[in-house]
Amino acid sequence: MRPLDRKLLRDLWRIKGQAIAIGAVIAVGVLLLVMMTGLVTSLDETRRTYYERYRLADVFAPLTRAPDRVMTELAAIPGVAAAEGRVAGGALIDLPGADLPLQAQAVSLPDFGAPRVNDVYLTDGRRLDPDRADEILLLTSFARAQGLRPGDTLSATMKGARRTFRVVGLAQSPEFLYTTPPGELAPDDARFGVIWMSRTALAAAYDMEGAFNEALLSLGPRANAAAVRAAVDRLLAPYGGQGAYGLEDHVSNRFVSEEIAGLRTTTTVVPPIFLAVAAFLLTIVISRMVQAEREQIGLLKAFGYSNLAVTVHYFKMILAIATAGALAGCLLGVAAGRSMVEFYLTFFKFPFLVFQTDPAAFVLGVLVSVLAASAGGLVVLRGVFALTPATAMRPPTPPNYARAGRIAAGLGAWLDQPSRMVLRRITRQPGRMAGAVVGIAAGLALCAGLLSILDSFNRVMDITFDLADRSDVTVTFVEAQGDKTILELQRLPGVIAVEPMRVVPAVLRHGLNTYRGAVHGLVGAPRLNRALDQDSRPIRLREEGVILAVALADILEIAPGDALTVDVREGRQPLLDLPVIGIAETLVGAPAYMEIGALNRALREPHRVSGAVLRIDTASGPAIYRTLKDMPAVAGVSLKAQARDAVQSLIDSGAGAQRFVMAGLAFVITFGVVYNAARIAQAERTRDIASLRVLGFTRGEAAFVLLGELAVVTLAALPLGLALGALLATGLAEGFSTDLYQIPALYSARACGVAVLAVLTAALASGWLVKRDLDRVDLVSALKTRE
Amino acid sequence: MPGETSAGGRDSPAFTTRGLTKVYGEGPAAVHALRGVDLEIPRGEMVVLLGPSGSGKSTLLNIIGGLDRPTAGTALFQGQDLTAMTDAHLTRYRRDHVGFVFQFYNLMPSLTAHENVELVTEIARDPMEPDEALALVGLHARADHFPAELSGGEQQRVAIARAVAKRPTVLFCDEPTGALDSTTGRAVLGVLRDVNETLGATVLIVTHAAATAGLADQVVHFADGRIRAVETNATKLSPDDIAW
Ligand SMILES: Nc1ncnc2c1ncn2[C@@H]1O[C@H](COP(=O)(O)OP(=O)(O)O)[C@@H](O)[C@H]1O
Ligand SMILES: [Mg+2]
Repeated sequence: MRPLDRKLLRDLWRIKGQAIAIGAVIAVGVLLLVMMTGLVTSLDETRRTYYERYRLADVFAPLTRAPDRVMTELAAIPGVAAAEGRVAGGALIDLPGADLPLQAQAVSLPDFGAPRVNDVYLTDGRRLDPDRADEILLLTSFARAQGLRPGDTLSATMKGARRTFRVVGLAQSPEFLYTTPPGELAPDDARFGVIWMSRTALAAAYDMEGAFNEALLSLGPRANAAAVRAAVDRLLAPYGGQGAYGLEDHVSNRFVSEEIAGLRTTTTVVPPIFLAVAAFLLTIVISRMVQAEREQIGLLKAFGYSNLAVTVHYFKMILAIATAGALAGCLLGVAAGRSMVEFYLTFFKFPFLVFQTDPAAFVLGVLVSVLAASAGGLVVLRGVFALTPATAMRPPTPPNYARAGRIAAGLGAWLDQPSRMVLRRITRQPGRMAGAVVGIAAGLALCAGLLSILDSFNRVMDITFDLADRSDVTVTFVEAQGDKTILELQRLPGVIAVEPMRVVPAVLRHGLNTYRGAVHGLVGAPRLNRALDQDSRPIRLREEGVILAVALADILEIAPGDALTVDVREGRQPLLDLPVIGIAETLVGAPAYMEIGALNRALREPHRVSGAVLRIDTASGPAIYRTLKDMPAVAGVSLKAQARDAVQSLIDSGAGAQRFVMAGLAFVITFGVVYNAARIAQAERTRDIASLRVLGFTRGEAAFVLLGELAVVTLAALPLGLALGALLATGLAEGFSTDLYQIPALYSARACGVAVLAVLTAALASGWLVKRDLDRVDLVSALKTRE
Repeated sequence: MPGETSAGGRDSPAFTTRGLTKVYGEGPAAVHALRGVDLEIPRGEMVVLLGPSGSGKSTLLNIIGGLDRPTAGTALFQGQDLTAMTDAHLTRYRRDHVGFVFQFYNLMPSLTAHENVELVTEIARDPMEPDEALALVGLHARADHFPAELSGGEQQRVAIARAVAKRPTVLFCDEPTGALDSTTGRAVLGVLRDVNETLGATVLIVTHAAATAGLADQVVHFADGRIRAVETNATKLSPDDIAW
């Protein structure tokens, strides 16, 4: 082996601790990038494959009732590839021992063969026997959550009639990845079920013999979706068509898309920040590492090595560290991405996994590392090459001391000699120090920003479930009721307060933007379920307009004063034009709020309610639930505590789960940054310290020269880091927000405190490691070898 | 080296300097290290540069060794103007002709003695075997030791082995015995004389120890950036005969 290569290997071995720290920092940056892009690509691909394999419909058209022959007409619409009519209806499942009835949707499957559209994936048991009217398939996730298995019996109420069924199999479907109890925002496997029955049996239960109430269409590759939907609406208008909608508006798909979109946003925002910090650090560290080799570079040049040969030599070293780090990052990123995808599989209920990585992420990760390291190396090498070998071989020039000396002179009076050495070095090499300060500040900013995000998530929960919603129970009615039902509820023993609600599904439009959501009619000055403004003050609903949740206003790109078109999808389906009169800081979901009386007037259905929120005395809870369960008007009852748990588990296992991973990685980076700063300073000062020791300074005093510098740099980084952290927190909040929940950009004192503590801990730990090494330094050899 | 014969000719001296000046820094803080040096060093001679510390000896050596550039004046190597050469040209000059023994040894700490020598022989045109060079300075047995495991004198001898291993045309030694005791010092000087006699190299030794002067064909007295006197020795002493 050539002597230069041997030197390279030995030098790498000598600085192995630092090389690993540098490699780790860049590895973390690359890891995050590879992991996140891999995750998003895989989830996208898995979803696509799942939808395709089980033939999920492209168009959904609910209606009141149409005879089967209409299906042939639907199938004949140009662009339609396959069509299927089915019967669907609401049901209540009554489980022994449960206080509350559970809501379910019953859906028909063809008597013979698989459906052309919306097939199911049988996970347990067998398919339905069309001759047996009491056989059902149950949604796997619901069955698992409730401990139900094939062979069990189940009693359910369909259209007022209670019947007993036999579960013969469990199934999953891309149509029901997201099952949310009505009136709630987050999915809860245990509280919403799906029942599949054969067409004949279900048609009998809902009086739908020879008819269907939902059409499912899949489209050909070049179909015009909007034209098909318009044609479907025209065809189904006489049959009570409620408006055909596309897959993009399908509740379950929208939820899955939002979560993946949330992950994608996080991916585009966060990993680049990490990578940028890592790249910056790499540049700084490499440049100082090469700077430390200045005399050896001069020596090689003195022997007659050309600039090119020297450059190649140092680039081998730089590339060894940078590419090793980047490759480790790629490998770890793939491994982490894989286990991440496994984690999300259960969350999204995908039955299989298509793992894919994004080659662009590898290329980008390696390229950024190599470029950052090369930049750091090149700048220094160019500087050294500009010197004559004679100058390069001299230790970096002392003359500048004069300047530093003057600055220090004023302070000198009350500084001891080692402190003066620290001060001089900092003033003499401001660029180097600034690099270290910015590096540590960046690490601190990452920690503070991500910890703030953790607090922001908690804040979302508090605002939503403590401040905005002060009720205990939400009751949903089967259909809109007269408001005397509210009085009935009020009379129940243990009920402290009741507030009516009228929630109507609607398509909200502004310009070209549309959103399928709901208008929430609330009393003018609600006290239980409230809309809050930015300062968490309740907003008074006025009769002349609507208040929109921030997320909704964002989606529709609408502001107060603009007119919102509300295409109501219930009752007489009026088309309303309403002014937006305010924006509510509603962080979960995207509702539009309206005064209930005004809403009812617009619908021409005065004094109607579709549900109510209750405040109850907890002791009477079980009694109240039992009463509610027996009220025929009640479709569902949801407890705020359960809803809160559901949302919490959503943000802890969905896209939001990334915040923990990233906060962890932020700490790794921060430690790497601080440790590197300490190690480089040590490499640069070993000789000085040995000299001090020889002059009779104690170990502690000599180490102070180095540790003092580290302390000054770290302290200087704190204010800068906290300022950068505030910027970062805003960017991250944006990145972590999805359409389902908004993460407010708050910068919490607690997060700052913990982050500062982390940086100080890292500084102390690095200082201790460095000090331990200094104590072991062999004085004689440190002085003898000029490095 | 391109143009070697045409520009210089075989009889031009190893080095000729005219008005060589070197100023470090500017303004009131400027240091005049060389104040117009005119010097001629014939080929194959052993020359000792004598003078007090800070008088500019290392500066002169660095310039004619192609490690530094003068502020003014010219320095010719075998008739070629070093001051007019490009960096790449100077690199070739150092690689092909020059051997250096630095005042502070300047060994690569992460390479063994053998490897330190190899570092130079690898890029030389007609080098000795590294072992042969180490044997010359009596360090054959310690070839696999790292600089940190060698004494100052041993490091200096490695530095000399490294400088002579390429069979240089000119050998520059900056205070080669400054850190050595008399026995080791004599041994080192002996090696330098052998290189001069057997390889025919022009050898330039910088020292502030007047006793060393007895070895030289020519002694150049240096003070305050100027040549004070040049004397020629009729008879050269052997290293064993000089008073330490
Ligand atoms: N790179 C430099 N920058 C500034 N001054 C220098 C530099 N190198 C040498 N000097 C100054 O030039 C003068 C001559 O130095 P030098 O040639 O090393 O002397 P010698 O080798 O005779 O002891 C000294 O005063 C020294 O301080
Ligand atoms: Mg000198």
